[in-house]
Amino acid sequence: MKKTLSKIMAVGSLCVLTLSLLSGCGKSAPKSGSAGEVYVYNWGEYIDESVIQEFEKETGIKVVYDMFETNEEMYPVIEAGGVKYDAVCPSDYMIQKMIENNLLAEINFDNVPNVKEIDPRYQEMSKSFDPENKYSVPYCWGTVGILYNTSMVDPKDVPTKWSDLWDVKFKDNILMQDSVRDAFMVALKSLGYSSNTTNEEEIKEAKELLIKQKPLVQAYVIDQVRDKMIGGEAAVGVIYSGEMLYIQNEVKDLGLDYSLEYVIPEEGTNLWLDSWVIPANAPNKENAEKWIDFLCRPDIAKKNFDYITYPTPNKGAFDLLDPELQNNKAVFPVEDSLKNSEVYKYLGDEVDSLYNEAWKEVKSN
Amino acid sequence: MSKKLLSGPYIMWMIGFILIPLALIVYYGLTDRSGVFTLANVLSVTSPEHAKALWLSLGLSFISTVLCLILAYPLAMVLRSRGMGQGSFIVFIFILPMWMNFLLRTLAWQTLLEKNGVINGILTALHLPNQNLINTSGAIILGMVYNFLPFMVLPIYNVLMKIDDNVISAARDLGANSVQVLFRILFPLSIPGIVSGITMVFVPALTTFVISNLLGGSKILLIGNVIEQEFTKGSNWNLGSGLSLVLMIFILISMALIAKYDKNGEGTAF
Amino acid sequence: MNRKTDFIKRFIQDFYLVIILVFLYAPIATMAVLSFNSSKSRTQWGGFTTRWYTELFSSSTIMTALYNTLLIAFLSSLIAVIIGTAAAIAINGMKRVPRSLLMGITNIPMLNADIVTGISLMLAFIAFGISLGFKTILISHITFNIPYVILSVMPKLKQTDKSTYEAAMDLGATSVSAFFKVVFPDILPGVLSGFLLAFTMSLDDFIITHFTRGAGINTLSTLIYSEVRRGIKPSMYALSSIIFITVLVLLLITNFAPKRKK
Repeated sequence: MKKTLSKIMAVGSLCVLTLSLLSGCGKSAPKSGSAGEVYVYNWGEYIDESVIQEFEKETGIKVVYDMFETNEEMYPVIEAGGVKYDAVCPSDYMIQKMIENNLLAEINFDNVPNVKEIDPRYQEMSKSFDPENKYSVPYCWGTVGILYNTSMVDPKDVPTKWSDLWDVKFKDNILMQDSVRDAFMVALKSLGYSSNTTNEEEIKEAKELLIKQKPLVQAYVIDQVRDKMIGGEAAVGVIYSGEMLYIQNEVKDLGLDYSLEYVIPEEGTNLWLDSWVIPANAPNKENAEKWIDFLCRPDIAKKNFDYITYPTPNKGAFDLLDPELQNNKAVFPVEDSLKNSEVYKYLGDEVDSLYNEAWKEVKSN
Repeated sequence: MSKKLLSGPYIMWMIGFILIPLALIVYYGLTDRSGVFTLANVLSVTSPEHAKALWLSLGLSFISTVLCLILAYPLAMVLRSRGMGQGSFIVFIFILPMWMNFLLRTLAWQTLLEKNGVINGILTALHLPNQNLINTSGAIILGMVYNFLPFMVLPIYNVLMKIDDNVISAARDLGANSVQVLFRILFPLSIPGIVSGITMVFVPALTTFVISNLLGGSKILLIGNVIEQEFTKGSNWNLGSGLSLVLMIFILISMALIAKYDKNGEGTAF
Repeated sequence: MNRKTDFIKRFIQDFYLVIILVFLYAPIATMAVLSFNSSKSRTQWGGFTTRWYTELFSSSTIMTALYNTLLIAFLSSLIAVIIGTAAAIAINGMKRVPRSLLMGITNIPMLNADIVTGISLMLAFIAFGISLGFKTILISHITFNIPYVILSVMPKLKQTDKSTYEAAMDLGATSVSAFFKVVFPDILPGVLSGFLLAFTMSLDDFIITHFTRGAGINTLSTLIYSEVRRGIKPSMYALSSIIFITVLVLLLITNFAPKRKK
């Protein structure tokens, strides 16, 4: 046995070393770029990798690229300051929280001329969390809506309101978002309240409603809604508009005999924005501004859109798209369907705790 | 060789990277955000959601551990009796699945268990009724058993292999039948392995959160989920540490059990 | 009659073995199949393709993560073996009380919840101003690897006869060469299996790595974790299948190669 193990160790170590060497060849040079570095912190799968390489080539700045999955996970990292990032891409309400906690630096827009490519509509929207547009540049935006499977839902039962997600007909066929704000938004909106409410009574009501819904819910997921719906696992799900293009393409490619349709509920929904910000302790602020400027270039924004498929707020990029895409209502909804929709606000630590506690109760039931 | 020289590096390492971090958890667990001493974090385990999460976790990991034991013991016996004494080969066959990433393995079970997944596909083709295990606690138990079974098999196998065949022959010569051999010879001699296996399965199963998210549809809140959320989403390190301190009680119990039943370290996995 | 019951007995045993093996390897087979799926979907088959395998090697993110993973696993296991073997020898010669104490503390990283170990290490690093990065991941991995090494080596140490070592010393060997010529070969199987186990644990870990890694460093596990929610790139399935096949082939070669009689 000793001999066997020794042989395994020898061959094994050889393999490990070979694999490391091979993979070592594949990776880009670890040395700093000639023009310095920029530390980028973004959502997972939220950029076309070739964009990073193009940026490095054009500017000579080395990009250290890191990813997070939730705003709540990103915040403590920036707050603790143990790791210093230069450009981060949080969501609306989180940006507000970071501003109020003095974690962000004002962007020098002289270094970001391409900000003019952003459609003014979204600059307006940004004012709800970045009152003077001093700290953020929009990257992606979208809505939250109901996705349903045409073969699993009767035409007369097609969901049009959030409250349809409490329909017993959909028992064990409902996918909800595993996120405290999104889940509560659904409940609050269906009750006619604001998704930014700080009223304890309203939060409690929404919590009770969510607890009532739980036996009907198949699972609380985040972006797995997409995969599961494509797989025909559930009849209805709550999903981000950004997934729609991907879903529509997949359904076509797979030749499925059902289609997945997107609905913005009547009660109104959440309008969300993910924007680039620069932390106050960023060591490479100017490089960060160059990075943001680069991403706002219409051709780059379009390239990202092609890969991520999340709606772009970049007017220049939008103009470069096929008319078919421009008219895709799921990806780029009409103004009308967006009445009653709100952007999330940061509600303060105390109210956040209220929501978190209520959410824990829902999960625990 | 000087004992101090040999153990020095390890002792320093232990202090720096095991004991001090532990002390920090104790510190955070027993203070609140402003550094004031409080028992609130530890006592919060009695709040309804936390208590329920803890009970659920205890229950599910207990069931998983028992299932692992029931599956592993016969397996170890079979492996032993088939003379598969190419010891390392067996070890590898069971360690091998661990070379595929834990997350991917668990995610693969999603593909297998889903309503339109692989298992149901096969069942439908055989005109059998479909199973609906996904997103239930049953799926969580399956995930736990799957991921931790090797940790139960290896120690028991090792310990069984050390039992001399002559002992069993002697017992038979004295008139024992198979059942008696099992319960009066094999079991008692394999206790170190069983204890080792139980602790290697029960404690990780108790604290998992990935399995309940991926296979339980995130509908079942286990104590591992609570702790993870307090650290990553709630930014409440004090509460998370407090709850972790409570969990460590189980670790201490496990250590006590090992000290009692496996003094000589016979039931190790390798 | 006896042959028949024997036959049935063997059949049941084999059957049981096969069932367990199917159980253990079903997900792995699933992943391997998915690595050839032209659709990114986990449940719908879109057609056969090998494009994920080619995309795999051109993705610098994945390659870098692979390099990090292998390097960290190798280094941490090696260092753990050195520190751990030395420690095991020392502990073996200790009196009961210090020995129980040290063994007890050794059990802590193994029994503690991953998440608690990871966070406690992160807190310690931050408290001491050690910036998070490659070295902190390495330190963390060494920390949870050492116990496995110690627990692999100890049983072998107990089995070795102290008198052989003393005999070598009597015959004039220095303690160092006596160790390497007499004791070490006997405990080598334990050392090697400790190394192997440490390597495996390091390869698979993600929670502890997740908390101690800092910016820009990813191992395969943390990379996969960041993709779980959004949808895993099938290149990951391809990579995992490759790693798996590599190890399997290694196993088969070394086990079925002709063995020399001692």
